[in-house]
Amino acid sequence: MSATATANAASANVIPFAESAARVSRDTRPLRLITCGSVDDGKSTLIGRLLWDTKAVKEDQAATLARDSGAQNDLGLPDFALLLDGLQAEREQGITIDVAYRYFSTDRRSFIVADTPGHEQYTRNMVTGASTADLAILLADARAGLLEQTRRHATIAALMGIRQFVLAVNKIDLVGYDKAVFEKISHEFREFALALGVRQITAIPMSALKGENVVLSGASGMPWYEGPTLIEALELATSRSTQAGGFRLPVQRVVRPGESFRGYQGTVAGGSIKPGDSVAILPSGTVANVKQIVTFDLVRNAAVAGDAITLVLDRQVDVARGDLIVSIDGQPMTGTSFDAQLVALQPGGLEPGKRYWLKSGSRRQRVVIEPISQLDLQTGQWKPHASVLSMNAIGKVHLSFEEQAVFDPYEQNRATGAFILIDPDTLNTVAGGMVTARRGDLGGIHRGRDGEQRVVLSLPADLAEQLMASDLFASRRDETEIRRMTSAEAAELFSDAGSDI
Amino acid sequence: MSLSAQETEIKNPPVSRPPLDPHLKALENEAIHIFREVAAEFENPVMLYSIGKDSSVLLHLARKAFYPGRVPFPLLHVDTTWKFKEMIEFRDQIAEKYDLDLVVHTNKRGREENITPFTHGSAFYTDVMKTEALKQALDAGGYDAAFGGARRDEEASRAKERIYSFRTPDHKWDPRNQRPELWNIYNGMIKKGESVRAFPLSNWTEVDIWRYIQAEDIPLVPLYYAAERPYVERDGMMILAEDPRLELKPGEEIQHGSIRFRTLGCFPLTGAIRSTASNLEEVIAELEIATVSERQGRAIDRDQSGSMEKKKREGYF
Repeated sequence: MSATATANAASANVIPFAESAARVSRDTRPLRLITCGSVDDGKSTLIGRLLWDTKAVKEDQAATLARDSGAQNDLGLPDFALLLDGLQAEREQGITIDVAYRYFSTDRRSFIVADTPGHEQYTRNMVTGASTADLAILLADARAGLLEQTRRHATIAALMGIRQFVLAVNKIDLVGYDKAVFEKISHEFREFALALGVRQITAIPMSALKGENVVLSGASGMPWYEGPTLIEALELATSRSTQAGGFRLPVQRVVRPGESFRGYQGTVAGGSIKPGDSVAILPSGTVANVKQIVTFDLVRNAAVAGDAITLVLDRQVDVARGDLIVSIDGQPMTGTSFDAQLVALQPGGLEPGKRYWLKSGSRRQRVVIEPISQLDLQTGQWKPHASVLSMNAIGKVHLSFEEQAVFDPYEQNRATGAFILIDPDTLNTVAGGMVTARRGDLGGIHRGRDGEQRVVLSLPADLAEQLMASDLFASRRDETEIRRMTSAEAAELFSDAGSDI
Repeated sequence: MSLSAQETEIKNPPVSRPPLDPHLKALENEAIHIFREVAAEFENPVMLYSIGKDSSVLLHLARKAFYPGRVPFPLLHVDTTWKFKEMIEFRDQIAEKYDLDLVVHTNKRGREENITPFTHGSAFYTDVMKTEALKQALDAGGYDAAFGGARRDEEASRAKERIYSFRTPDHKWDPRNQRPELWNIYNGMIKKGESVRAFPLSNWTEVDIWRYIQAEDIPLVPLYYAAERPYVERDGMMILAEDPRLELKPGEEIQHGSIRFRTLGCFPLTGAIRSTASNLEEVIAELEIATVSERQGRAIDRDQSGSMEKKKREGYF
């Protein structure tokens, strides 16, 4: 492919400028983003530059920086890394060890940046930052090209549901503003990101140190670049919205200020609702109609995803914290067995067979996980036969619940598809996970989202244990799955399984 | 249950305001979500109420979160006895107006030993009258969760603090061993004696606070607005000179000028700024071109870099 053709391909996914300007004024929710990269790529300098050029750093903070560092770089600017690394340990060691949140704004929009460390040992921090992000900025050093690390960051960001990438090709000044270097890196990245299912990709050549194409234009050094600056790209990005799907309200609390008023308080996690709509309460399945949507300001005639509301139903039904109120049409998945991907967050890793607490929305319940495969972050491939998931490991697992659980697939709804695992001994958060599909509760052939097929057997616990301990089973785990079940449970399942059989 | 009875019970506030812009609405929704989650998961929450602008926003959000119910936890004010007089008057008015349970605590030891910001230095004074007093009050109330109005944009160590900030039984914060916090799913499980500080305003900036106060018409202590006031210049700060306990040092004299405060704490430790911004619009206009941060006026932050982290590790908010 010629250089020109590459350039055209590279700009094809850049959002046309004038066209999207109108959209900005309609959607001015804060854009949440994550920056991925290491100190070597100039990440601290880039964020510092963003804060500095949008005037988010004040004079006294800069003076404190200057006093602490006692040095400035050759452009007379403070050492931005010190601004960002807020903890003493970080300052002492010169590294970022935790997620930090930064705030800046322009006339058009405000931004929340999750600043996370780049090394693989801090994958868990990146996952934390990515969980709420609408967009990821991935940094590459123009001299070094696209590194393993950038691919790893892109993989994790995509896995966490981020669908907008900005590739910051930094230190472009150090390669003489060479257009060909930029195009090679951005082309390579685009191919990689597209394979991850990310289609909104903007590549920007920049020098964070000199402030070119970050907030201010870099046209003098790069007249060949016609795309947006970083801040322009961020102003035009879209905030996540789950208004399109079915209505979801995880009930946080029931409010009963007097005998006659009973309201269900929560934050709408998907879709919209208006008085008169029919809803189901899950997992019980009870049906009712919406009578009122109450907020402090006024009785509203509609509420949409993101709104914190109090819902009043038209009849007395049994609703408690942890229940999910949903639209009659387009209900989520209910069951006791799900497929999920998760990230282990603690040094102890995750133990198969251990009963963890799972919290999703406002619901907390017991769960047992069984690891199926693990993501190799070097190659991007899933390796089967994962038995233990150690810290920072990303795995595919089966979730088995004792009681009915309710989820949407994460790719359809981030709020009702996500969960955390809590260790019952330490009470610490040990994993963050994303549900991909429900598994059939009974035996048969199960087909996962990714097309994998397995024979599922449900057996009394002692038989199941023996069979699972055998070498033969170990070698056939890709084909077969065994669940422990008593005959009483089986009878109960048969009686109300319905469409699952 | 008759439906008409239900209808009459929900009395909406008579004020009708233009809807919040999407940015403030998103921040408000997040804060309300946090309030409800903490109230549901903890047995005995309390809200730290410092009377300042952030506390005023926090209280407003709490009222919204639990409406039409009452705010289901008490407000705790740690009174060092060195607050501005107008703050205390304002506090008592608000508690009465909104029918709130107000708990006021002062460190008896500090009072008996006469520990003052003038005699003992700001660091020691803050430790005794604020940090130690706060721990006493939290222990006395047996609170397992405490709401605070801290924001991540205030200070570097706060930028890394979780929305649910876990504390040991002796109220210590371990910044290196914080619980991961993903999505908006908060882990509220703690062991007996442990507690959580919850920060619904984590993602707000100073400008957001002011814009929200304007949009929601939230009452504030008048000291935030410029007026002709007496002051003394000391250590580069303008200290309000109306409390008889302020003794002039040699060479000092009381001056008069149009001043206001960007943050409110203990009057001897809080510096005013010169300003003519006498109403909300003018304060916001001034803020948008401000070149120094709000905590610049706080003496207790000046001791050294990392001084806030150190105080927080020991239990300060």
